[in-house]
Amino acid sequence: MNRLTSRVSLCTERAMSDPDTDHIDVRYVANLARIDLTDAEIERLTGELDQILSFVHQLDMLDLAGVEPLSHPHPISNVFREDVPGDCLDREDVLENAPATVQQLIRVPQMMGES
Amino acid sequence: MPLQATIGLETHVQLNTRTKIWCSCPVNADAPPNTAVCPVCLGYPGSLPVLNREAVRKTVITGLLLGCEIPKFSKHDRKSYFYPDMPKDYQITQYDQPLCLGGGLEIEVGGRKKYVRINRIHLEEDVGKSTHLASASGIDYNRAGTPLMEIVTEPDLANEDEAFAYLTALKRILQYGDVSHCNLEQGNIRCDINVSVAEAGAKKLGVKAEIKNMNTFRGVHRALAYEIKRQLKAVGQGETLVQETRRWDDDRGVTQSMRGKEDAHDYRYFPDPDLAGIVLTVEQIEAWRSGLPELPDRRRARFVESLGLPEGDAEVLVADKDVADYFEQVAAASGGNAKAAANWVMSEVMRVLSESGENVTSLKVRPGDIGALIRLVDAGTLNSTKAKEVFAILLEEGGDPHEIVKTRGLAQVSDQGAIKAFVRQVVDENPKVVEDYLGGKPAALQFLMGQVMRLSRGKANPPMVLELLKEMLAES
Repeated sequence: MNRLTSRVSLCTERAMSDPDTDHIDVRYVANLARIDLTDAEIERLTGELDQILSFVHQLDMLDLAGVEPLSHPHPISNVFREDVPGDCLDREDVLENAPATVQQLIRVPQMMGES
Repeated sequence: MPLQATIGLETHVQLNTRTKIWCSCPVNADAPPNTAVCPVCLGYPGSLPVLNREAVRKTVITGLLLGCEIPKFSKHDRKSYFYPDMPKDYQITQYDQPLCLGGGLEIEVGGRKKYVRINRIHLEEDVGKSTHLASASGIDYNRAGTPLMEIVTEPDLANEDEAFAYLTALKRILQYGDVSHCNLEQGNIRCDINVSVAEAGAKKLGVKAEIKNMNTFRGVHRALAYEIKRQLKAVGQGETLVQETRRWDDDRGVTQSMRGKEDAHDYRYFPDPDLAGIVLTVEQIEAWRSGLPELPDRRRARFVESLGLPEGDAEVLVADKDVADYFEQVAAASGGNAKAAANWVMSEVMRVLSESGENVTSLKVRPGDIGALIRLVDAGTLNSTKAKEVFAILLEEGGDPHEIVKTRGLAQVSDQGAIKAFVRQVVDENPKVVEDYLGGKPAALQFLMGQVMRLSRGKANPPMVLELLKEMLAES
């Protein structure tokens, strides 16, 4: 595996069920994304994702020795804002977008632990 | 081999920028809930983040103060997980190319110095604040998007005292760098603890526990004291510990396992495509370096060497940057009497601060006023008792010290003729005391001196009173 595809695997490190065939464990990924899938869907998506992976693997045919990995497709850097306050939304509008509210807060199911 | 604890700290520090990291919403801890928010920090689809330049500068300043290396290239990554306080369902953080690498700081515990290495500092976004209600939780997103540095140490700390000393030293540097308000009550500094125990000298660390979200340094100290003891006991009894996250219960003084939250995390970090990388030139970094503030240790040495203060005074004065700045302004206005400036700040000013809980920058008495009082005393215009009276007036009402001395008639009486008249009156009115003094009771002199000061309503020049009193008693 060359450097570029090793970066791909960084994102899906745990999602590979078999590093030799590079199948993506769709059930695992779906669980992470909180998506319910039927067995049929899992089978179809595994095939589709395999195709995407093999498409990406074409890059393995290139000699990329000495090529720095890109973190962004465009050759731009240092896109900054000055530290000057601007306008915020009205709270009424903000809360209108929330499914439920309580005491001017966005109401969510009870949670424990870190905040 | 004896067992030994190993501790690493991850400290989250909110930067004191005016606006959030990705949008121009103000960073304001006092704003009513959900009023300092916009489509970007609420994670609305289609909104795009733009990095706050000042957040980058303050992070690099922190790195330079801690002796970190500043890599030429740095970028932001997405860390994916679901939690209601994070509206985008991913946090923008820095994964493998943070703004600062390496560095460290020196701590002192029980007279022994130790260098604590820093692994990295990265710049990320804070999440919203949750309030836990009876049947639900409520989220205020004002805090979401506040620029947050994560300062990660190497596992160099061995006990709770070292952890406490590290946090105290770190806070002082952050204050000196003016990168954070460092207000612990407002959660400006929060800390995750990693702690494990293993045989001393063992190559491999023991099984670690992570204690999350500590917001006081005392809490860190207590939690570590408890957790180290717990792990030592367990390992000593041959138990096998499991890697886990634990919660500190401050009321009960124990750590508790947070089981149920243990589903393995897979954050799937990848470079955030909405953000461009950060390229810092050597010139830019050097320009920031040349503007670095003087750190407390160096400042203390300068107070001793060039202002001639005793070590102890210098140590007290540099502990708080604002107080040290105030002192320097008093000293500059004092006509060269740095020791008097130190005494005023350490006694009067610090007493007032501890009584009122005020910050020195909001005192009505300006440093120049105290400098003026020092010069008035040194010139013999004001005695020290009256100087404190003027200070009390300045504290309440502010004003010009010279004007107060003049309008309230507080100037010291150094007129020989006037003082002589008071001395004569006191000697005439107290024949018994005079007799005692002449009969060999030196304490009687204090009484006579007090009487003269009373007659002058506290304004007589005390050394002159003493001299004239002794003179007249010798003649009688």
